[in-house]
Amino acid sequence: MSHTFYIAMSYAVSAIVILCLIAWTWLDGRARQKELAELEASGIRRRSAQAKGDAA
Amino acid sequence: MTDSLAISKFSDLANPTRFLALAARILPWMAVITAILFAIGLYLSFTTEGDYQQGATVRIMYVHVPAAWLSMMCYTVMAVSAIGTLVWRHPLADVSHKAAAPLGAAFTLIALATGSLWGRPMWGTWWVWDARLTSVFVLFLMYLGLIALNRAMDDPSRAARVSAVLILVGFVNIPIIKFSVDWWNTLHQPASVIRMGGPTIDQEFLWPLLIMAIAFTMLFFTLHVMAMRNEIWRRRVAAQRRMAARLAGHVTGSEG
Repeated sequence: MSHTFYIAMSYAVSAIVILCLIAWTWLDGRARQKELAELEASGIRRRSAQAKGDAA
Repeated sequence: MTDSLAISKFSDLANPTRFLALAARILPWMAVITAILFAIGLYLSFTTEGDYQQGATVRIMYVHVPAAWLSMMCYTVMAVSAIGTLVWRHPLADVSHKAAAPLGAAFTLIALATGSLWGRPMWGTWWVWDARLTSVFVLFLMYLGLIALNRAMDDPSRAARVSAVLILVGFVNIPIIKFSVDWWNTLHQPASVIRMGGPTIDQEFLWPLLIMAIAFTMLFFTLHVMAMRNEIWRRRVAAQRRMAARLAGHVTGSEG
């Protein structure tokens, strides 16, 4: 195998792992935001948010 | 006065709501800076001359070395967070080390894979069980163990305390990795950048390496802040679901 193969594989492996890491972190954040929005929509809020709402 | 101001600012950050507000402000900037650094670093990595002995294979260094640095730096960040959990019970400390573990595992995997791909043409072998390679492999297993431990325990604060103790015990591996090339005979070369007497590496290779190292470091901190934010949201979802279950129980109880 040529040296180009080892260089290309190194950058490809790094790119795949980094892109998967970015995608996983981003999708995890979106899923949590969606869950929080659903809970909020069903009227379930954090106690601190409820206290603020009551004060207003 | 200045000290109390600094402590006050630090303790302000301990509030998860303030951390979320700060994360929302700084994350876009961190992402842009990371992208610019990667663009410059990758451009330099592929436009500099090859090494007189290794040829173009030296370009593997620009991803291997930053990933290897980060594998150790991430564990150091986790160890500092573990002290925060055990000593100060800092609200964000356990969030920090739990969020950092998958990132550390990913960067260690990159270091191991690219090291193996560099070793094959340079050493004539994919892998040897020498001190440097074995200690980094142990670090990878430690990251996986910590991820599994955090996921196996339902109570996040209990999981955080157990993880914190294991992280601090496992920190002994970091100086072993760093000095393994000096203490034992290994195939791996000794330090050529961070060493007494300055770097021995040629300027031509040093600049792309430093820029790629800063880019990888910025990527780590960007992803770490994102992962910490996700973990805070995850805990809020769990707390709100518990509250909803309690409310449902009250309603059922009063009806009965």
